[in-house]
Amino acid sequence: MGKKSVVPFGPQHPVLPEPLHLDLVIEDEVVEEAIPSIGFIHRGLEGLAEKRDFNEMMYIAERTCGICSFGHGLGYVEAVEHIMNVQVPDRARYLRTIWSELERLHSHLLWLGLAADAFGFESLFYEAWRIREKVLDIHEMTCGGRLIFSVNKVGGVLRDINADQQKFILDQMNVLEKEIKNIAKVFLEDYSVQSRSKGIGVLTTKQAHELGAVGPFARACGIKNDIRLTGYCAYGELDFEPIVSNDCDCYARLEVRIKELFQSIDLVRQAFAKIPAGELETKVAGFPKGEYFVRI
Amino acid sequence: MNVKRSPWLLHYDGSSCNGCDIEVLAALTPVYDAERLGVVNTGDPMQADIFLITGGINAQNAPVVKQLYDQMPRPKVVVAVGVCACTGGIFKETYNVLGGADTVIPVDIYVPGCAARPQSIIDGIVQAVALFQQRSDEHDALVKSQKGAN
Ligand code: SF4
Repeated sequence: MGKKSVVPFGPQHPVLPEPLHLDLVIEDEVVEEAIPSIGFIHRGLEGLAEKRDFNEMMYIAERTCGICSFGHGLGYVEAVEHIMNVQVPDRARYLRTIWSELERLHSHLLWLGLAADAFGFESLFYEAWRIREKVLDIHEMTCGGRLIFSVNKVGGVLRDINADQQKFILDQMNVLEKEIKNIAKVFLEDYSVQSRSKGIGVLTTKQAHELGAVGPFARACGIKNDIRLTGYCAYGELDFEPIVSNDCDCYARLEVRIKELFQSIDLVRQAFAKIPAGELETKVAGFPKGEYFVRI
Repeated sequence: MNVKRSPWLLHYDGSSCNGCDIEVLAALTPVYDAERLGVVNTGDPMQADIFLITGGINAQNAPVVKQLYDQMPRPKVVVAVGVCACTGGIFKETYNVLGGADTVIPVDIYVPGCAARPQSIIDGIVQAVALFQQRSDEHDALVKSQKGAN
């Protein structure tokens, strides 16, 4: 047994795009404990909600996180719409679903790339990010922005996806599917990736429950929980099954995300097949008053 | 552009929403590939020449940003990426944000955008490389003249 020593890690560190400070307690070159301290990027945007108009707040909600900006904005508008009892037109619901899934594609590819970088597979990181640019091109074409969408509003959406764009997106989905298959092979079958992910970072189903894990992280811990099943936006009318793995390790997290990429491509196709024509927004009058809780 | 030196980049996320950070990374990955300009990304402030900072300054990160800047060897160039780093942006009025990066360190180049696009980040890097070149030349001339005086 060696002596314990503490190595400070961060807040600035090459492997982290975001600042986080960890005190790593190390014993014989094995990290025994990691004590985090956070808050370096605390901005206090909840305080802005008191100062801004409720329509403007959508844009601030989106800037909670640049990677999942559409999700944050969507959560906000859904809550306000429920409080105000606004019925969103069907076309807007489908468009929101499509953008959500496109965002999931970019977010998962980003995560996979950074994971590859973290385990030292730089060419895989570059490949994942190269594919991701194709999704960002779709964002740019449909919303004008690459990361911050700003197309949601209380009552509907601001932009439509026309027939030409729809054809382009569906063509791109075929290209993406092919390219993602290539990287999926490396992520899931490569020996060196497996040696760095199988059995590493195990979080048991019980621990995940207790810590309140959500999303793909929870699903990789064997929790069959997908908020999309509650049927917000147009998810209730689309056909999908949550992707779950019972391995609880880093490999399971890679696997769940890779499979969800294909699921998102499928959902985009389904949504385009079913999207009705019609209005983009309902007129909203008055101010929201009350409380509502949304999970996205 | 006449590249005589290959400056190293240091990236730090002040209090950004991550939008600008991933655009900085996107500017360094294959499609935009800023590395073809002779720069390379490093994690070590003591080896860095150009400091890319995203996000505004808050009470907790102010000393971190200042320390990173101080650890960089002279000459150095600072690029503020995104409106948050330029002025505090959309979060300027929150209780915890003090302002843009220039509240604690001198900023040379401001890259606008929310999120700043990879193209404009590359433009910022190109300008930073030129400024770094100029400062290095001045620095060399100064060292030479001091040596001559001795
Ligand atoms: S400028 Fe916009 S995208 Fe960049 S960090 Fe600020 S809010 Fe995020």
